[in-house]
Amino acid sequence: MDALTRRRFLIASGVAGGGALAAGAGVLGLAELLKLATRDDSGDHRKRNKLVLVTLYGGNDGLNTVIPYADSAYYSARPELAYAPESVLRLDDALGLNPRLPGFKRLWDAKRLAVVLGVGYPRPDRSHFRSMDIWQTGSPLTPVHTGWIGRWLDGTKAPPESAVSFEPVLPPLLAGESRSGACVSIGGLTLPDGISTEMVAALGRPEQDEPLAQARAATSYADMLQVERLVRQAGPAEGTADDADHLELPATGTGGAVSLAAQLSLVARCVEAGVPTQVYSVSLGGFDTHAQERVGHESLLKQLDQALTGFVDRMTTTETGRRVTVVVYSEFGRRVRANASDGTDHGTAGPVLVMGSRVAGGMYGEQPSLGDLDDGDLKATMDFRQLYGTLVESVLRADPARYIDGYQGVRLPIFPDD
Amino acid sequence: MNDVALLLRRAGFGPTAAELAAAKQAGYATTLSALLSPPGPDIGSTTAPVPRLGLDSYANQPKNDKQKIAANQKRDAQTWQITRWWLDRMAVAGHQALEKLLFFWHGHWATSIDKVRSPQLMLRQLQTLRDSRDFADMARRMAVDPALVYWLDGQANTKESPNENLARELMELFMLGIGQYSEKDVKEAGRALTGWRVSVGSERCVFEPKNHDAGQKTILGVTDTFDTRGLVDLLLRRESCPQFIAARLWYRYASSTEPIPKATSERMVAAFPAPAAMLRALFEDEAFAAGAGALVKQPVEWLVGAMRQLGIRVGGLPDETATVILDGLKSLGQLPFAPPSVGGWAAGTVWLTSAAAQVRLGLAGTLATLANTDKLTPESVAYLLCLDGWSNRTYAVLRDVRDPRHLLTLGLASPEYLVT
Repeated sequence: MDALTRRRFLIASGVAGGGALAAGAGVLGLAELLKLATRDDSGDHRKRNKLVLVTLYGGNDGLNTVIPYADSAYYSARPELAYAPESVLRLDDALGLNPRLPGFKRLWDAKRLAVVLGVGYPRPDRSHFRSMDIWQTGSPLTPVHTGWIGRWLDGTKAPPESAVSFEPVLPPLLAGESRSGACVSIGGLTLPDGISTEMVAALGRPEQDEPLAQARAATSYADMLQVERLVRQAGPAEGTADDADHLELPATGTGGAVSLAAQLSLVARCVEAGVPTQVYSVSLGGFDTHAQERVGHESLLKQLDQALTGFVDRMTTTETGRRVTVVVYSEFGRRVRANASDGTDHGTAGPVLVMGSRVAGGMYGEQPSLGDLDDGDLKATMDFRQLYGTLVESVLRADPARYIDGYQGVRLPIFPDD
Repeated sequence: MNDVALLLRRAGFGPTAAELAAAKQAGYATTLSALLSPPGPDIGSTTAPVPRLGLDSYANQPKNDKQKIAANQKRDAQTWQITRWWLDRMAVAGHQALEKLLFFWHGHWATSIDKVRSPQLMLRQLQTLRDSRDFADMARRMAVDPALVYWLDGQANTKESPNENLARELMELFMLGIGQYSEKDVKEAGRALTGWRVSVGSERCVFEPKNHDAGQKTILGVTDTFDTRGLVDLLLRRESCPQFIAARLWYRYASSTEPIPKATSERMVAAFPAPAAMLRALFEDEAFAAGAGALVKQPVEWLVGAMRQLGIRVGGLPDETATVILDGLKSLGQLPFAPPSVGGWAAGTVWLTSAAAQVRLGLAGTLATLANTDKLTPESVAYLLCLDGWSNRTYAVLRDVRDPRHLLTLGLASPEYLVT
């Protein structure tokens, strides 16, 4: 990033000390600095809780993530894929973490990792597509157009930067009826040849007498510029010498997708810079392990462990960061029994991981029994709507019944300061 | 009143300047008849014939991982091929209103290749929708359409282990609308639909009597030994069925925010089950004319309309350029053959996200470089894109731009061009 933007970021995020602040005053100009300070002081958004949703696409094998190492049924169902009891990172006398998750184990020991067991929904669907849709819309029984976060954006009349994804396509969970989250391109705003931000800003001004939909179309350009501006203030590094610290943006993953670590790095920057975003959506794909599961799954879990523990550790170092809660979920688990290709096919319920400073670490709910299966699949012991309701209430401070249809009103005690 | 430009924008994917000029000459009534009962065959579409895909690559059941990978790659390539083909076909079809209506039905019986996986079955479904005489015929065929049945787990619906997915959506999303039936009706209707197996090779559903529940069922108060045809006919006889279809047409062609007025609904219901006649009733209705500017263009409508007006054939572009366009459309959230859920695509302002704004600008830039642009002014861009004119805001931006490509990019991205 250029010197001025970086300076602004450092000041805003509190990384730079008094010296830098004094030096920055000259660079930024007094008026601009004051504006920034005003925003930071008055902004109660710094005191607001923040939610980071981590979607694992493809169906994460829950049984090989949180492992029932003391259950002989686990070993007989998938002899080639099971982890020996001595290799598992033990959480209690029944369950342990995959050996590739040492960072999660450390968070568990520090009581900052909650494991919500057997999470699913009624009438489980084994299509990736439909099941992910069900999780993201939060509506297992009837298809709806809005995501559960999107409905919260609608209900709170939230500005566009309230919910942000760093992926190119808006995930359904951020889509509301009248509003939606913003997708921020990691490379920053790129406009076609000959089109300037001034032109786009001018197109973004709604007119008094135009049809509502047309005015909304205009506003979307203004929204786009506003979100880009906000994120740019916290913006990504572009290889300047003083960026060679933990603020460096990691490389993107293969296939053009942005790596989880890179996405989380941007989230960290935004949180620390005081960007008024409350919900971030990030993701990691590739969990559809039908064949030769072990190697692929371990590599994914290692990425997940490193990216998330790095992020959670970093978040504990600032006051705004300590308001961040991370939630990791997938559209379904895998079948209990391995298939003939040393992989597993689409299954049902799985564990959801919740981490952060506000979290009371420990087990929540009940591990589904391997002795009581539904046609070879785990029976969900907790409806995801119970977890969503808890997040809406305890993290977003909103009324769950308004946004989660079918919420039973039983809040999980994951957030003790509530 | 009787805004012929509005009629053309809504009934088709977007008129060319020449078509609009001709329609203004011909008048509303003549234009409407030509749209809904076009004389003669569709000459335009002959330049975009339906792709011949051959047998589905899974028809001969690949045996090992290597064969499966090859089969999947072939399916992916063919998926891309049919998506590109249909977009091209939409643009060149002379029978614009019928092609647009087909896109409506695709979104109505919203089936996604993301689950079905077979391009052959998706193409088969599209042909079935195209060949259906009216809604009654269509409903009877769709209830045993292999893509739809697979999409909604109909092949897993047996006497021994019923799956009510297809039954539920048949009532809720395809024929009656929510609230017109009970959970008990769904369960019983599910029994009526048992016994079908999807055959990928023959591209049809095969009835397996041993898996069919031939017993008595009570559905919507009627007791009989319903099978699939019996169930569909029962639903077609319900009063709520024509009303529901009228309301769905209204939602896509008139307003996604205002409910259908009672009088409009009655006029459309009287023309059921002929969709073109229902549309005629709608387009002749005052309520239709009153809703100008209320609909947000779906990304496919925006893109296909622009390609028509700029004379761009996505079928004739180099593969890399076509990929840029299809990727852009995907980022905007709407690829044909891949609706996001069985509820179809959303409508209205959901298309107007900040993320879409950036993608649309980029895509507009790409289209502008593909167009033949000699000399353009703000006025001639409005003429080319068949807009009534510019708002002061947009005109102020355009007036200082000299490069025709930049002018066109801004015109395609303008708020005026995003609604009808």
